[in-house]
Amino acid sequence: MKKFLFISLTLLLSVAAVASGTIEGEVQKQPLNISAIIMFLIFVSGTLGITYWAAKRTKTAKDFYTAGGGITGFQNGMAIAGDYMSAASFLGISGLVYLKGYDGLIYSIGFLVGWPVILFLISERLRNLGKYTFADVAAYRLKQTPIRTLAALGSIATVILYLIAQMVGAGKLIQLLFGLPYELAVVLVGALMILYVTFGGMLATTWVQIIKAGLLLSGATFMAIAVMAHFGFSLEALFAKAVEVHPKHQAIMAPGGLVSDPVSAISLGIALMFGTAGLPHILMRFFTVADAKEARKSVFFATGFIGYFYILTFIIGFGAIVMVLNNPQYLDVAKQAISGGSPILGGNNMAAIHLSHAVGGNFFLGFISAVAFATILAVVSGLTLAGASAISHDLYANVFKRGEVDEVKEMKVSKIATVILGIITIILGIAFEKQNIAFVVGLAFAIAASANFPVLFLSMFWSKLTTRGAVIGGSLGLATAVMLVILGPIVWVQIFGYETPVFPYKYPALFSVTVAFVGIWFFSITDNSENAKLEREAFEAQDIRSQTGIGAEGASAH
Amino acid sequence: MTKEQIEHVRNNPKYQKLVKERSRFAWTLSIIMLVVYYAFILTIAFDPSLLGIRMGDGVMTIGIPIGVAIIIIAFILTGVYVRRANSEFDELSHQVKEELKDIA
Repeated sequence: MKKFLFISLTLLLSVAAVASGTIEGEVQKQPLNISAIIMFLIFVSGTLGITYWAAKRTKTAKDFYTAGGGITGFQNGMAIAGDYMSAASFLGISGLVYLKGYDGLIYSIGFLVGWPVILFLISERLRNLGKYTFADVAAYRLKQTPIRTLAALGSIATVILYLIAQMVGAGKLIQLLFGLPYELAVVLVGALMILYVTFGGMLATTWVQIIKAGLLLSGATFMAIAVMAHFGFSLEALFAKAVEVHPKHQAIMAPGGLVSDPVSAISLGIALMFGTAGLPHILMRFFTVADAKEARKSVFFATGFIGYFYILTFIIGFGAIVMVLNNPQYLDVAKQAISGGSPILGGNNMAAIHLSHAVGGNFFLGFISAVAFATILAVVSGLTLAGASAISHDLYANVFKRGEVDEVKEMKVSKIATVILGIITIILGIAFEKQNIAFVVGLAFAIAASANFPVLFLSMFWSKLTTRGAVIGGSLGLATAVMLVILGPIVWVQIFGYETPVFPYKYPALFSVTVAFVGIWFFSITDNSENAKLEREAFEAQDIRSQTGIGAEGASAH
Repeated sequence: MTKEQIEHVRNNPKYQKLVKERSRFAWTLSIIMLVVYYAFILTIAFDPSLLGIRMGDGVMTIGIPIGVAIIIIAFILTGVYVRRANSEFDELSHQVKEELKDIA
């Protein structure tokens, strides 16, 4: 029991920690859920219509990568919030609250506080310096080839690892919610994502994300209101009932030891904050708006939506404690016979789904199920576009062709890259079906925090940064992150089966981020080459542009 | 950008004002956010029972309003920054750009 709890907690932790991930454990295929399938089909046809509309408007590379820079701050804020409100963020956090009460809130807060800091320190400079990808910014005054290669590899690694997790999650969700076979679900998600991205580019991807964010926010709002109405809109009454029925009683109202030691707490804090600031699909969203003003607004709206959503998931989790826990309708009788307690069908991450049935009946269950699936589609589309951009814009156009490339060719490459990424994702999604993939998401986040973020941050803030420092330090951060995840409790103990982990912490960020920063610092200050001198001198011009936007990418094409 | 232009922008008092005030503002807000967040995280790490203190006679603990307050603080801080940046700083940076136009 203890081991099971540990594994599922680790899963939930990693899942929640990155706003992405999977449904835990073995999943039983459920009977066909017709209303969910119909609602999902309506969503799919709607989004395909948008893709058709977007395809007609996507002519240039700028259209493809950044929707022509014509997205408004509000729309972009919705889309960023959509990237955050993944299926795992919705199901994972409400499931965590259902299981542990207060601890769910800790994770919500961890995600959210990265946002203001990104806004204050990064978003504006990023917007003023970049064009399509964050590698544009990192390579602004440094040597294109090595920096772009490093940044593109960091992006692609992050994107593929994330995609695997989303795919496995999609497959399991579909089995549970729709009653369709796993492989079919994975192929369906992959195929739709390829369609959205290749034909509609960033414009379609953004609108799929906005619509889904709207559906998810309304669905979650309805659930939270229904729960509150049940208790006469008294939070105290809701909490009192939850404390009464939950096996942990009053303990669910306080932190329960999910983050127990100071090192883990600080490391998690760093992973959440720096990891977010190094996620290529999130960074790319700052280039879809017309100017720095809209970029700032989008962070403001995104913070509002995400914060609101997390408060809703907290209420939903507590609602599930009261209305799902101990409700024989949602009980997994087979599992109960083996392990006792009162396990719910499909595991704790299904708490919100069962609650939707409890408050809104079969129709609303269908709605929430369809939205959960739509959520995965939207998130994988954003990820794939970021991965394809890294391949076509960074590797193909700027490294391989050294910037001498026409737009038509570059777009063609990005479409081919999308299809290939889609196929790889489908294959890996099927291959990883039975694996514990929690580490995959943890790894994606660790790479974003330890390789992508330090290079990006120092390229904007530190005049003494040189190519040598960035490449060696960034690579060291990447290698350290990968190594510590392998030697850590999730891979070393749970996957390789050793007794104790070589590296005791689940989150390597505190260590790998430090290695990256120290490495970049050391190999920059000791770089006495002629090139390094020029790079340091170029900082001033870069800084002026990053501060004022003089010479920055122009306004919208739409 | 030529050396003269860089020199010119750097010596522009409005540019200096923009950079100085915005940096100070951005770092101040960032530090407020970090202090609030890490105070919360370190409380959880070292003394989680502190957040479990009940309010009055009910089951509600002080941890819940504190948690929600941090979410609201994050939202308010972004609002404060966006408001000032989209008016005062954008105006300053617009003026800097206008002045640079004359010498370019």
